[in-house]
Amino acid sequence: MNVHQVLSQFQAQGLETCFHDRHINSQIYAGLNGRNWSLKEYEARGGYQALRKILGKDGGEGLTQDQVIATVKESGLRGRGGAGFPTGLKWSFMPRQFPGQKYLVCNSDEGEPGTCKDRDILQFNPHIVIEGMAIAAYAMGISVGYNYIHGEIFQTYERFEEALEEARAAGYLGNHIMGSGFNFQLHAAHGFGAYICGEETALLESLEGKKGQPRFKPPFPASFGLYGKPTTINNTETFAAVPWIIRNGGQAYLECGKPNNGGTKIFSISGDVERPGNYEIPMGTPFAKLLELAGGVRKGRQLKAVIPGGSSAPVLPANIMMDITMDYDAISKAGSMLGSGAVIVMDDTRCMVKSLQRLSYFYQHESCGQCTPCREGTGWLWRMVDRIENGQGRESDLALLDNVAENIMGRTICALGDAAAMPVRGMLKHFRHEFEHHITHKTCMVPAYV
Amino acid sequence: MVEIELDGKKVEVLEGSMVMHAAEKAGTYIPHFCYHKKLSIAANCRMCLVDVEKAPKPMPACATPVTQGMVVRTQTDKAIKAQKSVMEFLLINHPLDCPICDQGGECQLQDLAVGYGGSASRYEEEKRVVFHKDVGPLISMEEMSRCIHCTRCVRFGQEIAGAMELGMSHRGEHSEIESFVGATVDSELSGNMVDICPVGALTNKPFRYSARTWELSRRKSVSPHDATGANLIVQVKNHRVMRVVPLENEAINECWLADRDRYSYEALNSDQRLTAPMLKQGGEWKTVDWQTALEYVANGLQQVKNTHGAHAIGTLASPHSTAEELYLAANLTRALGSQNIDSRLRAADFFHEGGVRWLGTSIAALSELQRTLVIGANLRKDHPLLAQRIRQAARKGGQVNALNAVASDWAMPVAHSLLTDASHWVQALADIAAAISTHTGVLAPVAGNAEQPQAQAIAKSLMGGERKAILLGNAAAHHARASSLLALANWIGTQTGATVGFLGEAANTVGAQLVGALPVANGMNAGQMLQAGALKAVLLLNNEPEFDTADGAAARAALSGADMVVTLSPFKTNLDISDVLLPISPFTETAGTFVNTEGRAQSFHGVVRPLGETRPAWKVLRVLGSMLGLPGFDQETLEQVREQALPQDVAARLSNACSAWIDVNPVPGQPASASIYQLDGLVRRAASLQQTADAKGGA
Repeated sequence: MNVHQVLSQFQAQGLETCFHDRHINSQIYAGLNGRNWSLKEYEARGGYQALRKILGKDGGEGLTQDQVIATVKESGLRGRGGAGFPTGLKWSFMPRQFPGQKYLVCNSDEGEPGTCKDRDILQFNPHIVIEGMAIAAYAMGISVGYNYIHGEIFQTYERFEEALEEARAAGYLGNHIMGSGFNFQLHAAHGFGAYICGEETALLESLEGKKGQPRFKPPFPASFGLYGKPTTINNTETFAAVPWIIRNGGQAYLECGKPNNGGTKIFSISGDVERPGNYEIPMGTPFAKLLELAGGVRKGRQLKAVIPGGSSAPVLPANIMMDITMDYDAISKAGSMLGSGAVIVMDDTRCMVKSLQRLSYFYQHESCGQCTPCREGTGWLWRMVDRIENGQGRESDLALLDNVAENIMGRTICALGDAAAMPVRGMLKHFRHEFEHHITHKTCMVPAYV
Repeated sequence: MVEIELDGKKVEVLEGSMVMHAAEKAGTYIPHFCYHKKLSIAANCRMCLVDVEKAPKPMPACATPVTQGMVVRTQTDKAIKAQKSVMEFLLINHPLDCPICDQGGECQLQDLAVGYGGSASRYEEEKRVVFHKDVGPLISMEEMSRCIHCTRCVRFGQEIAGAMELGMSHRGEHSEIESFVGATVDSELSGNMVDICPVGALTNKPFRYSARTWELSRRKSVSPHDATGANLIVQVKNHRVMRVVPLENEAINECWLADRDRYSYEALNSDQRLTAPMLKQGGEWKTVDWQTALEYVANGLQQVKNTHGAHAIGTLASPHSTAEELYLAANLTRALGSQNIDSRLRAADFFHEGGVRWLGTSIAALSELQRTLVIGANLRKDHPLLAQRIRQAARKGGQVNALNAVASDWAMPVAHSLLTDASHWVQALADIAAAISTHTGVLAPVAGNAEQPQAQAIAKSLMGGERKAILLGNAAAHHARASSLLALANWIGTQTGATVGFLGEAANTVGAQLVGALPVANGMNAGQMLQAGALKAVLLLNNEPEFDTADGAAARAALSGADMVVTLSPFKTNLDISDVLLPISPFTETAGTFVNTEGRAQSFHGVVRPLGETRPAWKVLRVLGSMLGLPGFDQETLEQVREQALPQDVAARLSNACSAWIDVNPVPGQPASASIYQLDGLVRRAASLQQTADAKGGA
């Protein structure tokens, strides 16, 4: 096998993940079949109408920058990358009057384990991101943008480049877009697979050609971003939500979801369900409904636990999950977070110690090594969990594990420290008895899975 | 100004300062590793976490900007707990074997572990082991497992030395500080990385495991090499210099040292030291006592004076000698009736009008220059610390321009370079003057090509900005048309508002002029003295003509023809040309004064007792004077010599004015300029320095 053949085994195909009829009110994935990604087909689905609308190319007067931002604020759109920061507010932080170059960056470095929503957007509906970014650039008076795409999805990167070429040729990108005075150059860039480059300031460092390591904040990217210039960074899905909001109004988007949690959200469901994949549903949909859409727990087994927002989110046990709705506020209230919307479902054959061992390995592997608590602490956590899983646990380990995780939290430069600590603390909070069993009996309490 | 409350105390600091700066001002110590006042802020060690009111998490003091009314507490449970947890993380993979670590006793981690570390480790997993690296003869990276990844060394390279020779490769707990695939660290400032390393990861290679810090007594001194006059702390054990580290002086070397200043001490302990007076008898060197040696010299001088006249006696003194030595050497020569005394050994143009040539501005001002023109200097290697200052100016947006023979890497952005063979420098400078003349309308002193593109660009650069300087390097100072270069530089300086000055070659280049170690009236200068047959009796104070003069071979040949050559040196040297060797103290074994390039006289004491029969040169010269029955040698203390030697008001004597006629015609030959580790006898014998890439490459 040559290099490409070897690599192709590990390349995500994306098929069957979002082309199904089990979305609810879908906006971003609406009408996709895996082949209709091109400009012409996107336009046929109503694409670029939002951009035409704000530029006043469809008979209307167009929208001012303030109007666009107000609409986005009204929509209740919150950052889809994980932190859930209100998008309109973030856009209003951009110093629009700054005389020098400003940048717009799309964070498509989708590395959170369990998450694959942005990959499908970029692969099967790339123009929606281009349009969303163009609108954002217009609203903030930015003329140059970059889409930083995860380094392990080269096909997606190439697809996005193709889409960029189409958009440039059609006059949706470049100078004097559709004859207006608005200029926007958009470029694609890809990383090389480091998880940390999904952290916005590490992404900027990587985009600048340096080693991807988070910067200390403040200063925030809005004042000191790419190449030291004011920069706004949003997630792919956030940009993809924007055209619908402009076309249909902020209020309509907000009504899609629930107050303070507007719109639809894509959930990447993985783990022990019958039909894993990407599901676009309105914010505030009960988890039970989402699980039903995904075909329920695999082989009719009992639901044991769910990690509701990507591997960094604390795990929640089944009884809590079945009672909550899928939106930022409800999950946060239940003690976890919506994060990137990667829902990892675990049935009763899953050993929580082994699960945590895998998660902790990931974080110690992906820590950038810049600041002390994360560099040293993530390895410590993993080694302890690894020891417990392998029957070498000691009684004092659980208290120590919890304490080490606590010592990492809130003391690092970026959120990776918290991301590594939260799963540990979540697991210990809800499934302590499994760890205790492992320590006392040197073996697992759940039956070996089939 | 912003006022914050720190542990209940009100502190006022400049807007934009960090909490750490406020703490420094208030005298509150906040533990830290990665923070260093001269480096950019990394906030990666997390040791300085403090409790800031209204902030949910503890904040790093080094990277948290102050805001009006901010309330910071460094001693609350939240702060202390955060600091202790960071200390625990730092220690889990750090070897806990301080007793066998070279840094033991002077380790920031060790010190802070006393306050913040636990008494036992909770970490029972395998510890990390990091492979050692070889980065050259000066820095040891044998024990990289000790590294705490503060990246001070990396930032030092990027920001102060100007070249990123170390970086942090790999990721997470596999992160390692290393050079680019096996490369050595070749910076001329590399030793500072050892100082700023808070742990035993980077250590001083020559010093390693030769003494414990608490065995060393610390004595202040001044570097005898370049004209910066870097302040030193010489660390001594059993009357032997073991190590040299910087003495912080914000006005001069800040907290840095050039490797030359730091590692040259190795020569002090070398087996080439001369430990007793020696006489050459029948072609054989014989050790004699001082009385015999001095009588021999006195008789020899008297005889030459009687047979050939006093003008056949001459003294060549090193500008690395102390002001007191140079003063007495000049006095001795003059009292014998000769005016032949000079310390400008590598010069070719000896035109002199009485003013003492100097930097023209303060050393500290170099960091703030907006426009600089450097003429004829291997800036980075000849003047490592001054180059560092100019690099800081360039980092702040200042434009550095160069007129040089070849492009050399100064590790800083150079705005415009005018490169031409040294023989054409006067013409090149005239071109710049002509280009300036087209801007100002003032007629240039000589004709030049105002259309020369680089000259135009440099002229334009110098016409803009504020705080400007024109700096003449060693090659310009030793140029055959040095005075033409100076006169033209002065004209350009007047037109553009730039100060004009010499970077200065040696520790006492300025001091030697001040105390009169150069010929006046009908005296011969160094160039004339080194003509064949010019002198019959020669005193060589602290120099080796073969290496320290403009034309070493010619100098040797000329001196071979003299009747008597007396070498006063700390080393066994000049063996073939000398008749007498008198062992004199190097700078560590005598008190003395160096006047640096900005005209700052810095006196120092001896730090160890003279080796063997070695004696301070000022005493040797004084006794010799007395023995010859000459007047003016009755001083009993060095302080008396110093009082006579140095004027009360040094500043009044400093002047770069030059009325020389400007000669633009090309001159053959190259100006003499010593490479970085060939500057003087000490660095030439410093074993580790001679192993560096710079020494091997003749940089």
